[in-house]
Amino acid sequence: MTAPLVDIRAVSHRFGQLAVLKDVSLRIEPGSYTILLGPSGSGKTTLLSILGGFVTPSEGKVFIRGEDCTAVPPARRPTTTVFQDYALFPHMSVGGNVGFGLRMQGVDGATRAAKAREALALVGLASAFDKKPHQLSGGQRQRVALARALVIEPAVLLLDEPLGALDLKLRRQMQDELKAIQKRVGTAFVHVTHDQEEAMALADHCVVMNDGRIEDEGPPERVYARPATRFSATFMGESTILAGKVTEAKDRTSTVTTPAGPVLVRGALPVGSAVALAIRPEHLMLGGTAGTASLGMAKVSDVVFQGSFKRVLAVSVEDASLQFIAKLPASATVQPGDTVAVSCDTDQIIVLAD
Amino acid sequence: MSSTGNSGRALPGTGRALPWALVTPALGWTLLFFVLPFVAMGFSSLTAHEGGGFTLSNYSQFFTNPSYWQAMVNSLEVTAIVTLLSVLLAYPFALILAEQVPERWQRLALMLAVLPFWTSYVVRSYSWLLVLAQNGVINRALTGSGLITEPLQLANTRLATVTGFVHFFVMLLTLTIFANLKQLSPSYRKAAADLGAGPVRTFLHVILPLTLPGIMVGAFLTFVLCIGDYITPQILGGNNELLMPQLVMMQIGRRGDFPLASALSIILMAVVTIAYLACARWLKIERA
Amino acid sequence: MRQVVRVVSWLYALAVYGFIFVPVVVLVLFSLQATSFPIPPFTGPSLRWYEAVLSDVRLTSALVNSLLVASISSATAVTLGFLSAWGFARFVLPGSGLLRGLITLPLTVSYLIIGMGLLVLFNWAGLPKSLLAAGIGHVVINLPLCFAIIYSQMGDHQINIERAARDLGAPEWKVLLLITVPVMAPAIFAGFFLSMTFSWDEFVISFLLTRFDTTLPVEIWNLLRSGLNPKTNAVGSLVFAVSIVLVVLFELTLLRRRKT
Repeated sequence: MTAPLVDIRAVSHRFGQLAVLKDVSLRIEPGSYTILLGPSGSGKTTLLSILGGFVTPSEGKVFIRGEDCTAVPPARRPTTTVFQDYALFPHMSVGGNVGFGLRMQGVDGATRAAKAREALALVGLASAFDKKPHQLSGGQRQRVALARALVIEPAVLLLDEPLGALDLKLRRQMQDELKAIQKRVGTAFVHVTHDQEEAMALADHCVVMNDGRIEDEGPPERVYARPATRFSATFMGESTILAGKVTEAKDRTSTVTTPAGPVLVRGALPVGSAVALAIRPEHLMLGGTAGTASLGMAKVSDVVFQGSFKRVLAVSVEDASLQFIAKLPASATVQPGDTVAVSCDTDQIIVLAD
Repeated sequence: MSSTGNSGRALPGTGRALPWALVTPALGWTLLFFVLPFVAMGFSSLTAHEGGGFTLSNYSQFFTNPSYWQAMVNSLEVTAIVTLLSVLLAYPFALILAEQVPERWQRLALMLAVLPFWTSYVVRSYSWLLVLAQNGVINRALTGSGLITEPLQLANTRLATVTGFVHFFVMLLTLTIFANLKQLSPSYRKAAADLGAGPVRTFLHVILPLTLPGIMVGAFLTFVLCIGDYITPQILGGNNELLMPQLVMMQIGRRGDFPLASALSIILMAVVTIAYLACARWLKIERA
Repeated sequence: MRQVVRVVSWLYALAVYGFIFVPVVVLVLFSLQATSFPIPPFTGPSLRWYEAVLSDVRLTSALVNSLLVASISSATAVTLGFLSAWGFARFVLPGSGLLRGLITLPLTVSYLIIGMGLLVLFNWAGLPKSLLAAGIGHVVINLPLCFAIIYSQMGDHQINIERAARDLGAPEWKVLLLITVPVMAPAIFAGFFLSMTFSWDEFVISFLLTRFDTTLPVEIWNLLRSGLNPKTNAVGSLVFAVSIVLVVLFELTLLRRRKT
């Protein structure tokens, strides 16, 4: 395994009394697309600012390409940032904006213009060179900001909620383009967002943050299918959560007593420990085809048709505080008021330490 | 003023009584007490002081009488010096307030810096007289310390007029430039630093150009207020060198010559208008 | 290097603060002078000149006149400004841009020239010089200011709030009283406050348009004819104190508004 491009070691940060990052360590591989995902206040933007050099952490170190960059100012580290409000200089043309970084490096005018045009072509805006930022749409400004950051060939490109200001349709479109551009230039991207769909669509490596800590990290498929914590099971997609206690353990299976009755799960767990069981909506079965693990009876409270599927909410008959969230095929005939048996396959139950 | 946002959603007002009832009082007041006086002044300026017949002599006097002409030259010189000096003094000051002073003290620092701005204009000029007079604070301090034997002539000079003006306009411009600097998104500065610009180049390439429209508006305001002001030159400059407003007031006060005063006022206004037209394209620099 | 910049910055800021405050300090200091000349050496402190000011009927009545003219003219200016801003922001009127330009035009004209025009007009119409004439002039200079402040704050957001009120069945006058005025209160207040300070401090229009009863700045001007006089210092210091109280009150109310 080669050395990581970025190595964040045990970083903590406080704003006054408020601890916004608590002992965070993270590695970023060359050419990867890393997403920092979390709700507001989770510390993801602060972590990005520390990477960019705008904030010096209270504790810990940041290594980029093996060099200690903890206290190196933004201008002298191999990172560039695409700001949330783009921060395009309104008095300069698009070409002037994109060429600004090269100008600061002392690159001559002709080379600068050529490289700026190249970068603009990369983001599909070759014709906008002489325009002013205010003549562009939101999506176009976003691309100019991207070109301006990429043209000086950073080792890591940092994006602070880059799609936040765009409407949904444009966001999905820019998402695909971002991914394509990243593949083409091969630069490592670190991208902050609170949109889990964006995270799943873009990330090679997804980092789920909450309350100043990294809750979970890994390929998005893994984080979704096997979330490490209760938080990431609910933040990255929906889950039904059953709290329970391990009452019996065998070689490869354990029995967990939950409000919906005893549930058999994979793995030997310490008897007496408290656990949470998470089940993804698409794995829950209602009525008819019973799965291998029974979860008791539930009364359907709501059925919402969502085009390709139906989203069903049902309240457990055994415990009214337990709510099941299920995703059924559009052809399902279940109605509000029906009482149905709930079950799932044992293999699909995610066991979380509580 | 942001009118563009409104028009798209506003209700049609034609043929309805209410909208006109709302805007008529203000329009009427402006027509009656602003436009009509101008018309009256225009007529007056074309009337002979003695006898009252039609004449152009009030205007021609301005161009033929060298002392009138000189008053305009003086006014333009003083105003230019004041505007330039005020901007040069205020900009670094506002920059320091906005960037070197810790965020939570900024409001207090700014309020303190413009506190004398809110005192009476007449009193402010008088205060400078206390400082600059023959036996004032500066002269007493200098003679007391033995640096000079004879008091310096500071009051009743152009220097005194300029000092009084600059004092006022430094405060005004500090307010406007500070507001301008604080309006800039902090990410402009971050972006420039991120792309490799040091503090000096960030200032020259980003901060200064972005605040230039604001500076021009402030400078224009300074120009308009300065060239039309009577109090400061009258109290501090005395009558050694006349500026236009003093000349106008002199026609009314001593001689009751309204027609000549009207003509001189109109000429002064014309100069301000020309200055405005010259600045207009600067004042309308596009914003993103 | 950074340290040098810091030190130079602080020295520069101190020098500018000094320049700004020197005349004010001298003014206030020598208002406490015991002898008859407000020049060094300082012989006080004494309050005799404040007593002299407060027992001077001309000055105290001028002060009352000033407050009267300032409050009535500001109230007029803010009312006219608000109504016209509302009209222009809510309704599409023919020639709206031109008419708005007309209302704001006096902002670009010197007070001296506005005063001169009114003097000539009133002279022709045979109207005598009076506080009323000066008050009319003060409305002319403050109306565009109030209009501009209030108009710039009437955005789409406010339009939608009013629409909601109309939609719920409020007649036009109730929309105005219950919705528009309260929502626009900060802008209305700012317009009124600025008008008050400008009118309170205005000299040349009052000087041209009043004769026997006059405003405080003009009365102070008359006092100046007697040369340097601690009494002028005392009245100046009092005016300064009143202005500061006003500004601090304004800041405090604004700050409180912002917090809620």
